[in-house]
Parts: sequence; structure tokens; C-alpha cells
Amino acid sequence: MTDKNSSQNLASIAEVEDAKLAGSDAAPLSQGKLVFKRFMRHKPAMISSVILIVVILVAITSIGIGGIPGWWPIDYKKTSISVDGGAPSAEHWFGQDDLGRDYFGLVMSGTQASLIIAFLVGITGTVLGTLLGALAGYFRGWVDAVIMRIADIFFVVPLLLIAAIIAKGASGFINSPWFLGIMLGVVSWAGLARLVRAQVLSLREREYVDAARAMGASSWRIILKHLIPNAIGTVLVNATLAIAAAVLLETALSFLGFGVRPPNSSLGLLISDYQNSFTTRPWLFWWPGLMILIVALSVNFIGDGLRDAFDPRQGGRIKRRNLIAAGLMGPSAVDVPSAADRAAAGAADPVERTGSASLLEAVEVQDAVEESKQQPDGDSSPPGGRHASGADPDTDPESGPDNEGQRS
Amino acid sequence: MSTLEKSNVTKGDVVLEFQDLRVDFVSDDGAKQAVKGLNLTVRAGEVVALVGESGSGKSVTSLSAMGLLPPNAMTRGKVNVTGHQVVGMREDKLRALRATEIAMVFQEPMTALNPVLTVERQMTESLESHNLAYGEEATARAVALLERVGIPDAAKRIKQYPHQFSGGQRQRIVIAMALTCGPKVIIADEPTTALDVTVQAEVLDLLRELKDDLGVGILLITHNMGVVADMADRVSVMFLGELVEQGTVEQILYRPQHPYTQRLLASVPRLTDVALTHEDQVGARAAEAQAAVGEAADLVLTVKDVAIDYKVRSGVFRAAEGVSFDVYKRGTTALVGESGSGKSTVAKAVLGLIPTASGRLEISGQNLPSLKGKAARTARRQIGVVFQDPAASLDPRFPIGDCVMEPMVVHKVGSKADRIKRAKELLDAVKLPSDVINRYPHELSGGQKQRVGIARALSLDPTLLVADEPTSALDVSVQAVVLEMLKELQAEFGFACLFVSHDLAVVDHLADQVVVMRRGQVVEQGATERILHFPQEEYTKELLAAAPVPDPDAQRIRREARHQLRL
Repeated sequence: MTDKNSSQNLASIAEVEDAKLAGSDAAPLSQGKLVFKRFMRHKPAMISSVILIVVILVAITSIGIGGIPGWWPIDYKKTSISVDGGAPSAEHWFGQDDLGRDYFGLVMSGTQASLIIAFLVGITGTVLGTLLGALAGYFRGWVDAVIMRIADIFFVVPLLLIAAIIAKGASGFINSPWFLGIMLGVVSWAGLARLVRAQVLSLREREYVDAARAMGASSWRIILKHLIPNAIGTVLVNATLAIAAAVLLETALSFLGFGVRPPNSSLGLLISDYQNSFTTRPWLFWWPGLMILIVALSVNFIGDGLRDAFDPRQGGRIKRRNLIAAGLMGPSAVDVPSAADRAAAGAADPVERTGSASLLEAVEVQDAVEESKQQPDGDSSPPGGRHASGADPDTDPESGPDNEGQRS
Repeated sequence: MSTLEKSNVTKGDVVLEFQDLRVDFVSDDGAKQAVKGLNLTVRAGEVVALVGESGSGKSVTSLSAMGLLPPNAMTRGKVNVTGHQVVGMREDKLRALRATEIAMVFQEPMTALNPVLTVERQMTESLESHNLAYGEEATARAVALLERVGIPDAAKRIKQYPHQFSGGQRQRIVIAMALTCGPKVIIADEPTTALDVTVQAEVLDLLRELKDDLGVGILLITHNMGVVADMADRVSVMFLGELVEQGTVEQILYRPQHPYTQRLLASVPRLTDVALTHEDQVGARAAEAQAAVGEAADLVLTVKDVAIDYKVRSGVFRAAEGVSFDVYKRGTTALVGESGSGKSTVAKAVLGLIPTASGRLEISGQNLPSLKGKAARTARRQIGVVFQDPAASLDPRFPIGDCVMEPMVVHKVGSKADRIKRAKELLDAVKLPSDVINRYPHELSGGQKQRVGIARALSLDPTLLVADEPTSALDVSVQAVVLEMLKELQAEFGFACLFVSHDLAVVDHLADQVVVMRRGQVVEQGATERILHFPQEEYTKELLAAAPVPDPDAQRIRREARHQLRL
């Protein structure tokens, strides 16, 4: 149909595209790398990551963990004489409690416990929720019915009740942070399972899943290799939010006496133990409260950054500076970043475009149009039938920024 | 019909004019030029077609006239709508202009109509918001318009919701809505792309009538050269944001000057020499064509009396029934039909993605539906598949190499090094540089992704390739490249091909056997030469007559032939 020997002056889209591909020397970027790049540009998330890492490192190295001694010289379990009414000092950074114990050490051990619980909840809940949600979404039918009814049960039974029942018979290992973390994870998977199920229900209709089935791939392969990796955005964002929620939940449970119990410690337990000292020794209350605040806040910001990184089209953030520059001096005035950055803007989104055509700048125009237009529903399957121009800039003015579908 | 005013412009008045229109899109990643200095005029009573492929900026141009571009678009230059300069106009003034001076017909009638409002509510809305008519008067006007666009029983049906109308009727309603306030210029953005060919032909007829009756100017945005030949008086061709050529439809389609237009027209698959009316030649040549069927020894796939059911809420829906055909080695059998014909359903059954209710699907002598477990997997190894949507058919998290190697991994063929070697060979066969092996699908264009899809389908050396509308999501010039490649690969690898398509011209180029389907049943089947050039069944003739050809004179003749067929 095409005469391959005719003019070589790039008068066909196919040639422009091939020339672009051959000419692009940018290192290939996986979706993971693109997401990471965008995450790195999210300032609150980056600052929060640094803070969280510092908190974790300090909590672990200061008093040591599992018998390995840390750099903090004072044994927080030993009582001694209160210096200056136990107020914070150069020797006791966070002060001392009413028995003269070093409060820095106590808070650090509480932080350790709270972090262990938070991450255990995050990991257990995420693994369970993702697997069960994916199974329910992929197999549908009775598998779906059974899993989702179990999820419904976890939704309707109050968490406090479950925690109280378990705490009643608690002793030994039962009231350690490890057990509490796993237990809370086991009861908090239902929300994520619903989200993953919904995502898998739409992903399983994609043609690459059909392609895998047609080539004889097993259900496990499809779930583990195709479905879960493509739902990873939802999963990761919700895992971080679950961690943040778990910090607060542990605090509440321990404060009420259902969570971690002595001799173990946690931030919630510290607040509970010293609630009466609020008027006399307010620092006993403030320090664990501050740690909770820092951890919960930074994890939340990280989740925020992850969400933006996975779904760059949310929020239509166009730099004012660029708009003004283009308005005053024409498009040439706008700084154009590297090819990799441009790719980052257009791709890596779990949302797929119909038959995208990346020809020179046209594709970037298309990205710009789409980025501002925002898909009302990222998972809407591509239009079937005869879309010979499915790759058009497809500027549908109906979908204004208001009908944005929240994706996670 | 008295309520339908003829717009108060005389034929030949300029109703829409673009002067040096420039549109830039600004994003975090800099500014990109979508339209680079466009000059275009639309006069009352004429159809100007704006033609181009993806990224040409044709849709952006049309939106700029409506003032509907997203906020990150920088528009410069002049856009005159019946004497009003639209660029930089205040939002409230723009709103007053829309519908009364300029209106738009969108591509997808289902999404252009609000599913939760009745047609009446949506049609009277613009009349009321422009203070033109209220209450019963507005409804009366709307009913008159619906009658005008050919909705039967309009007074009653106007109370219904969009989903109660068929696709073609919905597009008629959208056209009627565009006409409510008597605009002087209508922008039709791919108005028939989402419709079946027979429906498309009717909608185009309607648009042509309206143009003559009402004297409006129409800016027709399309990629389909057949539609251009059918409708347009003048044509403007855009490529990468620039207007490369404009002229009358005869000038552009018969004597294109710019190399891009020439290549574009050369890539459009054409279906010519169709005997729609003269039955006399049929006998001799049909028999001759029929003789060219392959020999039984080369039989790859036999579909025998297959029926397929879909479970729906109200029981069982029979999506296909009594379908029988053969695919021979090195041969291509095409399944054609409109939406809902069951052509893709049959292809999916061959792939084993949906179960059959009865009948036999034999590949190399084995009946696929009766095979279980390992035997089924082994039988499936012989089938490769290429899907319609290149964006969705590759896992976005797999590098291209892994996509191509996946069938080998699933069937545990070869060592890792062998697989990589084979993947490189296959990518070479589809003319992609072998370093794409490490790239990701989002870095490729639609046509390139589709070539990766073909490479993947061939990785286990299948005896049968199932291609389900492999080019319908691609631009024509890209489609030409992909189809040519399919032909070459078939000659090289010798697979049989089951090709599903709605595009008869494409089928004519590729297939040697054609099965025409309608509502789950086979209407007509046989050698391509006979079916597409000497059709026997009315439905096949209608399909053939409805598909527009990129040749204004030939198209006029076909149009008349089609009108006769309908009588």
C-alpha cells in the first residue's frame, strides 16, 4: 500500500515515529523509575522521608535493639534520683519520669514499639488485602462472594471490640508489639481488599490480560505478574496511609489499656501512664505526643507524594511561571527539560491512553492536553469499535477538572 | 418544521475564519505548539473538511473556535465567528455565542448526551438558557427538530432517555441539539467515527441535507478520506500543527501537491470495482474465484457450526450461531461485520477466551473446546493473537523484551539467552531496532506497539494468527505500514490468519476468504473476490455501498447506488 521507495522526507507519521524511536538515546525508564523520579520532586514527601528515616535510625541506634546496646549511655529501665524535678537537661534530654527513669530512653523504646506495630500492620494488612482483593476481582463468582462477605464482617465489627477480647486473655507474647501489629493487620485488610478488587476488575478486561490468557498463562501468573503490579499504585499509597492510621490506632488502643502492656512499652502506653503528670511534668506528655505527630505526619506526606507520583494528572499543577513565560515571550521562553522528564509526564500513569502516537512534539502536545483535561475515570476501558483516530488529542471538553475521579 | 428557521446568512458569507491561529499547550514540561499559524475560512452553505492524523492539531483548532480549550492552552491569532473575535473573549460573551452562532457535534454520541436527563430536557436547555423559548414552545421546537433529523414519533420519544435510542439515533439527536438555536456554523468533530458504516452513511446524508436546507457552514473534522470525498466542498490538510495544503475536494483528492497529502492518500486502502448493480457479470467470475480455495491438507482451523452464548441477567444471549468456516495454511480468512455482529466473539472463542455452546473448533485436527489442562495449553501454543488496542495489549510494566518473550516463558521454551535471541529476531522482523528490548510500552507509538504485539504473537511460531481489528485504532498511514508488515510476515513465516475487521477495504487487501456476519449469523461467505466484488446478499451490498471511498466522483455514484439499494 505504501511505496517504500518514494520520498524520504518524513511525510508520513509512521516514519516520523520510527525516526523518533531510533533517535531517542534517553535511557529507557521503567514505570517504577519514573514514579521514583516524580516522587523525588515532591518536596514535602522527600522532607518527610528524611525525617522518618532519621526517627527510625535514632529510635533503633540510641537504645539498641534485641540486646545490642546503643549509643545512649543511660539505662532507661533503672530508676535514679530526679535532677531538677526531672526537667529536660543536658544529661537527660527528654527529662526523667516520676521514678527518676531516663525519659529519652523510654520514649525511644516506645517509638520502636510503635513503629514495629505500624509497619507490621502496614505489611500484614497490605499483603492480605492485595492478595484477597486480587483473588476476588480475578475469579469473581463464589470466590468473590466469600471473600467480600468476610471483608464485610471486618467492616461491621468494631476494631475496639476485637482488641478488647484479645487483650482480655493477654499474657506474655500476646501483649507484645509484634503480636498486636500482626493482629491489627489481620483485621484491617478489608478496605484495601475492596480497592484492589475494584482495580483488578477493570484491569482483567485489558487486552494484555486476554493476551496472557490466550497464550495459556496460569491464573497465578496473571495475578502476580500482570494484575498486582499494575495495581501497585493503589496498594502502595494505601499501605502508607494504613501505616499512619496504625500509629494512631495503636496509641488509642494502648491508651485505653487494650494494646501494648507493660513490661513492653509504646508511645500510646507512655501517654496513658503519664496522663496524670500533665500539670506537674508536661514533658512526659509532650515528648511521646510529638513523636506520634512526627511519625504520623511524615508517613501521611509520603503517601501523598506517592499518590502524586503514581498519578501525575491529579491536580493539574502547571507552574504559573511557565504560563506567564509563554504568554509574554512565546513558547521558546519556557525551559524545556530533558526527554526523560517529558516522558515522565506522559507515561507511567496506570491510566492507559488509547493508541497513543508519539511523534515528535505532537505527543507532548497530547500529553499537555490530557494532563490538563484529567481523565474522569482512569480505568474506563479504551473505546472499542472503529476508532481509527483513537490517538487524537481527543480533547473532550465535557470532562472538565471538576469530574475528576478520585483514584485511591 | 415551521419552527426551524433558515439561518439569516446568505450563501457565501464568511461564517468562520481563522487568521494565523497559534495554540500552545503549557505544562510543567514546557510549552508545545499544537497549531502553528493556521488560516482557514468557512462560508455559509459549504462544508470544509479539516483532515489530519493524530497530533495534527485538527481537534485543537475546532475547540479554539468554541473557546473550549483547557486553561493551559495559550491561543494567539484571530478566530472570527460570524464577525465576533473569539480569542480573548470574556466567558459570558462566549457563552452567548455558543449554540446561537456556532455549535458543535461531538464524536461519541453516548458521552455527548447526559444519560440521566431526558432528551427533552437536554434539547430545551439551550433554548431556555439563550432566552429563545420556554416551556411548551421550547418542547415544540425540539420536537420539530427531532422530526427534521429523522427520529420517528418524536413527540413521544422526546420524553425518553439517551440509552433508549440506537447509536445512529443518538448522533441524530446530538445534531438536532446543535441546531436548536439556529447556529450559522457547525463544527462536526469526527461525527461518524464511532458509528457503523451503514449508520455513518445515513448520518452523513442528514448532514448534507441540513447544510443545503439551512445554509449553515460546516467545519468537518475527520481522518476518513471517504467521508471527505462524500461531504466536503473544500479540504484543508493538517500535519503536525501546520496546514500543509488546502483546496477544493477535487484538487486535494485527485491532484494532491504536498508529499504528505500524497502519502496519506496513497495509504488509504481502497475498495474499487464493486459490482453493486450489474448482476450479469457475477456468474462467470464468481465461479472462477471460488475455485481458488485451498486444499484440505493445508487446513489449519476448522470452525464447524459453532454457537456461543453470553450469560445476561435475563438468561442467555446467543451471540453467534451456526458459524462455520475454514482457515488454510498461508491463507487469510476475514470475519467482517458491524458492531454486534459477533465477529469478535467468534475470534475470542477460537482463542479459548470464551466457551462455546456447541459446535467444533478444530485446530490441526484437535477439537479445542474439548481439550483440558495440558493438552489445551499445548494446542494453544499454535495460536498467536494480535488485539485491537495497542495501548492496552502490552502490559505497561513489562519491558518490550519481556512482552515478546512472555509466551516463551509461559510455555517454558528455551533458555534465557535463547529467548532474548528470538525476541531480537522477532523485533527485527517487525522492523523495530533491537534495543527497544529494554524500553517500555509508553515510549512507543501506537503503530510501534502494535508491531510489538505482532512480534509477541509470532514468538512461538504459531500455525494460526488471530488478529482482532489490529489496525482500527491506528492512523491510516500507520495502518498501511502494519498491514504491509503482516503480509510480509505471513509470506515469511507461513502462518494462517484469522482476521477480524469492520473495514472492507482492508479486508480486500489482506484476505482471500471472507465471512460476512450479522447479528451472530453468517450472511455470506466465500472467496474475497466474489464476496467483495460480486456480492449476492443484500446486506453485503449495503455494507459495500455504505463504505465511502476517497474519490468524490466515484463516491457520488456509490451514494446514488446506495439510495437505490435502499428503495
